[in-house]
Amino acid sequence: MGGANTKSWDRDPILTVEHLSMHFGGITAVDDVSFAVGRKDITALIGPNGAGKTTVFNCITGFYKPTEGMLTLDAKDGPPHFLERLTDYEINADARVARTFQNIRLFPGMTVLENLMVAQHNGLSRASGFSFGAIFGLGRFGLAEKEAIDLARYWLGQVGLLPRADEAAGSLPYGDQRRLEIARAMCTRPRLLCLDEPAAGLNAKESDALNALLQAIRDKEDTAVFLIEHDMSVVMRISDHVIVLDYGKKIADGTPGEVRIDPHVIAAYLGVSDEDGAALEARP
Amino acid sequence: MRLADSGKTLGKKLSSALGDSLLAAIVAFALFSLVLGLRTVDSATGLTLEPRPALLATVVAIVFVGRLALNLFVWQTDYPLTRPFAKLFTSEPFETRDAVTLALAFVLGALGVAAGFLFTETLYGLIGALVLAFIGIGLLRRATVRTFPNLPYTQVFVAGGILFALFFPIVSYALESTFNLGLPLRYWFDLSILILTYVMLGWGLNIVVGLAGLLDLGYVAFYAVGAYTFALLATHFGLGFWICLPIAGAAAALWGIVLGFPVLRLRGDYLAIVTLAFGEIVRIILLNWTEVTGGPNGIAGIPKPTFFGLPFSPFAEGTTFSGFFGIHYDGLHALIFLYYVILVLALMTNLVTLRLRRLPVGRAWEAMREDEIACRSLGINTTVTKLSAFATGAMFGGLAGCFFATRQGFVSPESFTFIESAIILAIVVLGGMGSQLGVAIAAIVMVGGFEALRHTAGLQAIFGEEFDPALYRMLLFGLAMVAIMIWRPRGIVSSRAPTISLGDASAISGDLVRQGR
Repeated sequence: MGGANTKSWDRDPILTVEHLSMHFGGITAVDDVSFAVGRKDITALIGPNGAGKTTVFNCITGFYKPTEGMLTLDAKDGPPHFLERLTDYEINADARVARTFQNIRLFPGMTVLENLMVAQHNGLSRASGFSFGAIFGLGRFGLAEKEAIDLARYWLGQVGLLPRADEAAGSLPYGDQRRLEIARAMCTRPRLLCLDEPAAGLNAKESDALNALLQAIRDKEDTAVFLIEHDMSVVMRISDHVIVLDYGKKIADGTPGEVRIDPHVIAAYLGVSDEDGAALEARP
Repeated sequence: MRLADSGKTLGKKLSSALGDSLLAAIVAFALFSLVLGLRTVDSATGLTLEPRPALLATVVAIVFVGRLALNLFVWQTDYPLTRPFAKLFTSEPFETRDAVTLALAFVLGALGVAAGFLFTETLYGLIGALVLAFIGIGLLRRATVRTFPNLPYTQVFVAGGILFALFFPIVSYALESTFNLGLPLRYWFDLSILILTYVMLGWGLNIVVGLAGLLDLGYVAFYAVGAYTFALLATHFGLGFWICLPIAGAAAALWGIVLGFPVLRLRGDYLAIVTLAFGEIVRIILLNWTEVTGGPNGIAGIPKPTFFGLPFSPFAEGTTFSGFFGIHYDGLHALIFLYYVILVLALMTNLVTLRLRRLPVGRAWEAMREDEIACRSLGINTTVTKLSAFATGAMFGGLAGCFFATRQGFVSPESFTFIESAIILAIVVLGGMGSQLGVAIAAIVMVGGFEALRHTAGLQAIFGEEFDPALYRMLLFGLAMVAIMIWRPRGIVSSRAPTISLGDASAISGDLVRQGR
């Protein structure tokens, strides 16, 4: 961690990743990566194909168990959660970290509204006496369900899908499915929202709408946004903090302005001639 | 004349149709040359082969002509002959040629019926009657839909079915005892009890396969656990049906969880194999643990359920059903009571399932069927969700098993073979996975239809005295399955009803809904 705490993500981190490594057999996908994700920031994780971005994501969201390293989620209102010790569903249920997927994973045969209701499963389940109480009319399920519908309605409004609430999720166009996946993740009331390439496959207009949505989440909700992105225009426009990975190692970390002019980043994205490469190697 | 108004020339069409039919005839020849063309005869010199060229030629000719007709009049024309018949079941307006075709078919059907009556040609009569019935039902449906376009037809159908199920035994019993019609009531009640048992089993398995998407080939194991739980408790401790019913359900649910644990990480084919093995393990234990289960001899002397403590027995001492109500004893009373017991159990299964679908756990089941990884990313504990599906499904299987034991009065491992699991699964798949109505229809069709093939008299009148339907039951069963899977690959009711909606809920096409893996 840097000396002078001038960066927002070092002053008030929601997620601190320390010495994260992930090996698959003999292959090192992520190699000793450390960074912090700020509580009020949009943080972007970028890097060329195969740099290990999705692996980092899967470690944070519990789909992989990291080989080494510590992932600390600092919940303001309680003790910190050590994500490397939790299984995948606990990471959402307890630490309240939500994620979306690179290849959209909705429930295609369920309606848009049902998708958002499934996302609120844990709260509703408790309110219904783990469902088996509510068969006999016990518990306060009716009220809880009404609140859940209201939250779903709010997020449908935010992503502009309210008119399509009763359609099957699988029948929506691609861009709508992407936004629905974000709305579904937000319905779990997350502290940290992890988005795996949210702008992939979107056209310029949809991409702009996505930017506005993510900024609204950062500004209005109590949710930090952490995203993987290939689309530089999205990254540079909306991120407060950019982390660059290459070959499983962190090569840059800073504001978009700082990263843009970082020679390592330029080298990783554009390639370098041999003499420039030698010069880079020599740099600290 | 139909061929003339299409794009391709007549000659081209004819040659392609002929080629196609020839190919079909060759395939038929290859298939049937050994099956039908040769017959082994037990003669004095041992087994000899008797060729049957005439039969083979007839079958191949039927295939050729049939394929040619299909090619010329259905597949390769702009106006397929089948279109007016399909139109009967839509609301599209008829064209003149549709009306002409239908009228011709009607006349032919009427001729067939007439032939059936005049010359006792039962086969012609039957075909004619089927054609007339088809057209009649289609026209009636069109007329009804046109007159009352906004009736909720599905609900009316369901309500009618439930009302029929509620009143059928009482009404038929009352008719019989008043007018002495000689109705085979005992057979009817036995058959409807059997059908209702399978409806209940289908609904129970529908939770595991249809909603949670877990392919279970060993469902009969829970049926067996329920049946043996009651049989053992009744014979060893003298407990009655009503006390044992919840115990049997709980025991089966427990075994559902026991099966659930080892298979938590499995999906699809692997899950199917392990559940299949579980079903066999339970059956083989029942078969070999002779000290407890009686082995192949089974357990006999299982008591019948009582009506609030009043047994159905012929000894009128004031403590029996007939004695208490002061009515004449009739063996059918017990049967009618059993009918209502299973009807209530089945309807309870349905109500609980419908309610659970609208509760968090039911939505989690369906979400798990759609995408398990997405479920976990939303904080749903899929372990608990899977176990709850297994336990709930198994519980209803156990309740049905308990009923089965009391109805038979006897249980043995023979009643719980793999074919039972297969039939229950077939009911769920045929009905449309996840659809309660579809499963009920499929159970009626499968069990009732199978039973109908037992009625040799009617079928022998059509196909001749030597015809033995028992030999063709499996063949017809297979044909029916293939036909349904061609025309309704996702089952009888293939759409999914949403569990919640903001505005008006419309059914979701089955193509979007994932199936059990």
